[in-house]
Amino acid sequence: MSDITKQSLTELVKNIKDKKLSSTEVTKAFIDRSEKSKKLNAYITEDFTSALNKAKKFDQKPNLDLKLPGIPMAVKDLFCTKDVKTTAGSKILNNFVPTYESTVTDNIWREGAILLGKLNCDEFAMGSSNETSFFGNVQNPIDKDLVPGGSSGGSASAVAGQLTPITIGTDTGGSIRQPASFTGTVGLKPTYGSCSRYGIVAFASSLDQAGPMAQNVKDCALLQEIISTYDPKDSTSIDFKRNQYNKELTNNIKGKKIGIPKEYRVDGMPKEIEDLWQKGIQYVKDCGAETIDISLPHTSYALPTYYIVAPAEASSNLARYDGVKYGFRAKGENLIDMYEKTRSEGFGAEVQRRIMIGTYVLSSGYYDAYYLKAQKVRKLIKNDFDEAYKKVDAILTPSTPSSAFKIGEKTNDPVSMYLNDIFTVPVNLAGLPGISIPAGHDTKGYPLGLQIIGKAFDEQNILNIAFAMEEKINFKNKITDWWIK
Amino acid sequence: MSIDLKTIKHISKLSRISVDEKKAEKLAGDLNSIFEFIEKLNELKTDNVEPLTSVAETTLKLRPDEVKSKNIREQIVKNSPQDNEDYFVVPKVIE
Repeated sequence: MSDITKQSLTELVKNIKDKKLSSTEVTKAFIDRSEKSKKLNAYITEDFTSALNKAKKFDQKPNLDLKLPGIPMAVKDLFCTKDVKTTAGSKILNNFVPTYESTVTDNIWREGAILLGKLNCDEFAMGSSNETSFFGNVQNPIDKDLVPGGSSGGSASAVAGQLTPITIGTDTGGSIRQPASFTGTVGLKPTYGSCSRYGIVAFASSLDQAGPMAQNVKDCALLQEIISTYDPKDSTSIDFKRNQYNKELTNNIKGKKIGIPKEYRVDGMPKEIEDLWQKGIQYVKDCGAETIDISLPHTSYALPTYYIVAPAEASSNLARYDGVKYGFRAKGENLIDMYEKTRSEGFGAEVQRRIMIGTYVLSSGYYDAYYLKAQKVRKLIKNDFDEAYKKVDAILTPSTPSSAFKIGEKTNDPVSMYLNDIFTVPVNLAGLPGISIPAGHDTKGYPLGLQIIGKAFDEQNILNIAFAMEEKINFKNKITDWWIK
Repeated sequence: MSIDLKTIKHISKLSRISVDEKKAEKLAGDLNSIFEFIEKLNELKTDNVEPLTSVAETTLKLRPDEVKSKNIREQIVKNSPQDNEDYFVVPKVIE
């Protein structure tokens, strides 16, 4: 069967179940394409030999009742994988080989999937362009020298470039949805507490969530069904009634009330983003839903709040990298000198910047002025959503204020880089689910995404809305394979 | 508010990241522009607002205090840069 890598996850699962394709054929096809796609720099660690062996083993005794029977899959290098190097895109974890498996990846392998390798990402998931990775920039399959977004940039590039049928990323302030938007793919950030954080390299623990990144909404729903489980190993994992997201997926959204928040019309937003949003509003109306103008008055305070809360939590989480228990160690004259040199040489510039911000806002004399203040504003931001959800079932916004930008364009100005996440950050602060779906192209031909934000634990609803809109939008990603020719 | 080099040195000490003069100047510039951006929060009056510490409004579950991971010493020291039998080795701290 030709063009295996062009098939969606749903098609591949069906073809394997119908015995039209074997796991070995599928795995080999994705390995071949990955081998030809080194220019994208999507992988940090390849595990191809082992993947092929697992596929052969699967084919000898295939269990076709599984949800991902013999499906190869590469994952973001922030998930700990037993006996496979896990770096978080950092020099400081360059030699770290976990002795345990993250719950999310464990759920995936239990359903029959096979690890292809570990995908590039911004260092400790801190970045919006994949340019902070110790392992170098990732190319966007859409165009040469274009960032794939971040922090799950390798994941987005690998899905859009068809190096993996589907993948998982993590999202602390937009790290799934923004790269999905930049690469013409679908990315879901689930409700905080939906997917276990156990075994995921921690960035900001009150915001981090794992989620699927896919070619289409149905594939995304299928993976969400698998990775969302209650896990006693994560004390913030929530034991709620989870839907069968794929099985229950429907495009019937008649009568749903969709909020359009006026505060997302920000100064300097390109006209094409506004036009895309208007088109989105028309699409949901065409699907029989009703749109309602709403207000989320504290939206403009979300980014400043995030840049206190996230670095504060990061500075605390990253204290563990001291050159003693695991990871890189620099030589020092004494213990303190060893700590300071290890962290100075082991962490990249952006990570050091954020640790410093976090340390400062938590330090004596500044805690109330910054950290406590931010936690209070975070409450106001959450209240905005609670208030809005009294009137609407979901909220529709653009995913990002622009399309993908060129590599190097924003690296010298941290604040302009941070502004990328202006529409995605409020969702993490409020702990809500959000999905980005490709909805059009800008004048350069680069993809643009729309975001649907749901109530807490209402993933099914936003998946349904996304599914209905996807049908109307009929988006086609323009992938020319420029990096192969 | 402005973050000066003395403050940078202080934060660098607290965060155990060594910083030379050149890096300190770059960091001071970056942090000042970030804090300028963060100052926006002062526009809001928040005296009577409860701080949000967790979005999940559930109480933490209790569990029996049982040992579940047994005999994993080897796994624990497996990734250490330097170890000796079951111990992590660090530069000498006692004279």
